[in-house]
Amino acid sequence: MSDNIITNILVCGIGGQGVMTAAEILAQTAIAKGCDVKKSEVAGMAQRGGVVTSHVRFGKKVWSPVITPGTADILVGFEVAEGSRWADMLRPGGIAMVNTIRLTPPVVSVGLFKYPDDPVAQMRAAGVTVYDFDAGAIARDLGDLRLINTIMLGAIADYLPFPAADLEEQIVGRFRARKPAMVEVNQKAFALGRDAARQSQQALAVNG
Amino acid sequence: MSAAVQAQAATRLLLSGNEAIARGVWEAGCKVAAAYPGTPSTEILENIAQYPDLYAEWSVNEKVSMEVAIGASMSGARSFCAMKHVGMNVASDAFMTLTLAGVVGGLVVAVADDVGLSSSQNEQDSRFWGRFAHVPVLEPADSQEAYEMVKQAFDLSEEFNTPVILRLTTRICHVKALVTVGERDDRAISGFKIDAKRWVLTPANAKVALPRQIAREDALRQAAEKSALNLIDPGSDRRVGFVTSGPAFMHVRDSFPDAPVLKLGFTYPLPVETIKAFRAQVDVLVVAEETEPLMENELKAAGLADIHGKDILPRLGELTPNVLLPVIAKLLGEAPPPPAAYAKIDPFPRPPTMCPACPHMGVYYTLSRLRKRVQISGDIGCYTLGAGHPWNALDTTISMGASMGIALGMDKARSEDTKDKAVVSVIGDSTFLHMGMQGLLNIVYNRGNVTTLLLDNRSTGMTGGQNHAGTGKGLHGEDAPRIDFAKLCEALGVKPERIKKVDPYKLPTLFKAIKDEIEVKEPSVIITDRPCVLSEFYDGFKPYAVVDKDCNGCSNCLNVGCPAITVSRTGIRQRPGMPDVELKFTTIDTAMCTGCHMCVDSCGPKAIVPLHALTEAAQ
Ligand SMILES: Cc1ncc(C[n+]2csc(CCOP(=O)(O)OP(=O)(O)O)c2C)c(N)n1
Ligand code: SF4
Ligand code: SF4
Repeated sequence: MSDNIITNILVCGIGGQGVMTAAEILAQTAIAKGCDVKKSEVAGMAQRGGVVTSHVRFGKKVWSPVITPGTADILVGFEVAEGSRWADMLRPGGIAMVNTIRLTPPVVSVGLFKYPDDPVAQMRAAGVTVYDFDAGAIARDLGDLRLINTIMLGAIADYLPFPAADLEEQIVGRFRARKPAMVEVNQKAFALGRDAARQSQQALAVNG
Repeated sequence: MSAAVQAQAATRLLLSGNEAIARGVWEAGCKVAAAYPGTPSTEILENIAQYPDLYAEWSVNEKVSMEVAIGASMSGARSFCAMKHVGMNVASDAFMTLTLAGVVGGLVVAVADDVGLSSSQNEQDSRFWGRFAHVPVLEPADSQEAYEMVKQAFDLSEEFNTPVILRLTTRICHVKALVTVGERDDRAISGFKIDAKRWVLTPANAKVALPRQIAREDALRQAAEKSALNLIDPGSDRRVGFVTSGPAFMHVRDSFPDAPVLKLGFTYPLPVETIKAFRAQVDVLVVAEETEPLMENELKAAGLADIHGKDILPRLGELTPNVLLPVIAKLLGEAPPPPAAYAKIDPFPRPPTMCPACPHMGVYYTLSRLRKRVQISGDIGCYTLGAGHPWNALDTTISMGASMGIALGMDKARSEDTKDKAVVSVIGDSTFLHMGMQGLLNIVYNRGNVTTLLLDNRSTGMTGGQNHAGTGKGLHGEDAPRIDFAKLCEALGVKPERIKKVDPYKLPTLFKAIKDEIEVKEPSVIITDRPCVLSEFYDGFKPYAVVDKDCNGCSNCLNVGCPAITVSRTGIRQRPGMPDVELKFTTIDTAMCTGCHMCVDSCGPKAIVPLHALTEAAQ
């Protein structure tokens, strides 16, 4: 069954950040490419500020809906400490695409726990390939924080087993039907996400 | 709306198991569906509600939902109820006798187990119910199977005159996979036919039904042996073969693509002969089941001694590939799979929090002020979070509605140390209506000394805000009769002067009400009446802010537990001859604050003011 190559993408963040929407768009893109897909939904009380993950798996035939630790091809972190929490899910050579926003939970704010100074550095120290950038800043420049989702998807678009344009079409298609006014800004967000990932990759290459 | 609702036959869609089941229920021509919410089953009924031409309701508890389905089935309608695993404990009394009487319209009970315990109070294996009640159990392994099996379950139910259990787990309910949908098979309702010998289960009538039930079980066993739901995939590597069901099948197939697998979908009665034949085809047989060794024990009892199961696999949680792979490698004497490439990074935990302005916070803040004087018997809902930081003001949680019975037990079993403590029970509105109110009646009847805090937030908050008999709205959001909790408590025998309605946002009033009632040595009820902030009944107010120069760092406002309040900086207060005091100065995230005012009263120096007052002062 060696021809059954499965792509494993783990999307993580916290409740309300759009993790589920991003995972859904990835799944739908894979379906449009003729793949079999499985995608896990939120388990439990995750909505109220808790940890949220979605496992997206696609290929010729997907059996288990869960990604085995150490086999994720891409980790999409909507929040930087959350990215670090799941970094061990990556396979050797997999990449972590991380939004550098720091969202501090109450247990940290009141001093029961400490927010790590630099989760990206921690991941890199563990040997993980991390591309990081501030998706919130890009979204703010574009005038709508909800664009973080499109930006993060744009960021991983060049690391998927299908052309970036397919993913972009999946996102833009949704807006074309419902909110045509949002098409252009989403295209921009997608492109800026792609650029940001590329720049982070180049910076990493230069710095070794 | 789910894409499945409007999908034409033969369309292929990405559906969660719960969405797929809803579609299957509708296509099967089901006419009556009832449920009480509970993770991971909740969305089944929420999706069913979107289909035309069938009646669907939120029942007040799982037992009632079961009874509604039974009544509809007796009347010749295909009927359905859904619940989480623990819901079946509640529903089981009706279920255990229905199984004797049988069905007219097909009756399917979907029970969703929380394997892996992501949001429940226990992990129990609902396949037991099939054995206990002598009814068939079908176990789908993904959304497509869930959709198909629910339809087959209706057919099986009618063919064998039995209710059928569709056993689900979180990995079915909450995983999306591709499903090809079909047409609805609409059927007329035959109507109720009086038949006392059948439907009135007196001992005499039940005695007649008992042998029929046994014969039915034997016939079902034959059907399971022949069922197309039990399939052998011969594989090419016969060193280890697997007998498995449900999502465990998917994990087995994923982990051992070449292994022979007997995949069971019709798992009770267990097709022992089929399994024995399969046993002969493999060197070693492993039974991979979530979570109890049910199939394994039955196989051993049937003479298959040399098989593996829970002797090598864990008896709890999911059998995911990372669990299976090392165990089977060891069994085969192979090297274990390599560990993950990267070390685990464990940042801080991120437990779920209450929403900003959640009315429950005021209750727990107040109880935490009275902590030394009260024992707090709790219940299940968002308010169970009161057991945690910063309140630590909930001492027990066992099962839905248990808070008042447990409180009375505590009241009647006091020691020298606890004899002067007040016993308080805390229960949500949905939980009170579900199984709670009998506990209150029992307190009254047995002259208990318990103060009950009934948190009426007009919502079943924990499971996503479903309506119930106290919200004034039905499953479809339509107006519905709304129970009056104060009158209900009065009818249960609580004296009218011992029933108080309090605004939980008014902390001083709430404090006084609780303090007064715990001092009175008779049953009392305090009803809080602010809606869940995520409900349609909630209107936010204008946000507040902390005046930094007025904040003295006492951090009392943090004890309210609102996630909108965070620490801006810390400091140390040193006074000669006194221990150092750690100061935490706070700030309010105005984007999160909805102006409930609770924290304002917790602030001694009055540093929390309306945001507009602060900005006006700055101008
Ligand atoms: C028997 C049973 N059925 C369902 C559940 C799932 N469940 C947990 S709490 C809850 C209801 C919570 O509603 P409410 O009492 O109104 O409290 P809230 O969450 O709104 O604070 C439900 C349905 C359960 N734990 N046990
Ligand atoms: S969902 Fe409602 S009841 Fe639950 S924490 Fe939020 S406001 Fe409170
Ligand atoms: S007023 Fe205080 S307690 Fe209420 S939402 Fe705002 S910060 Fe939270």
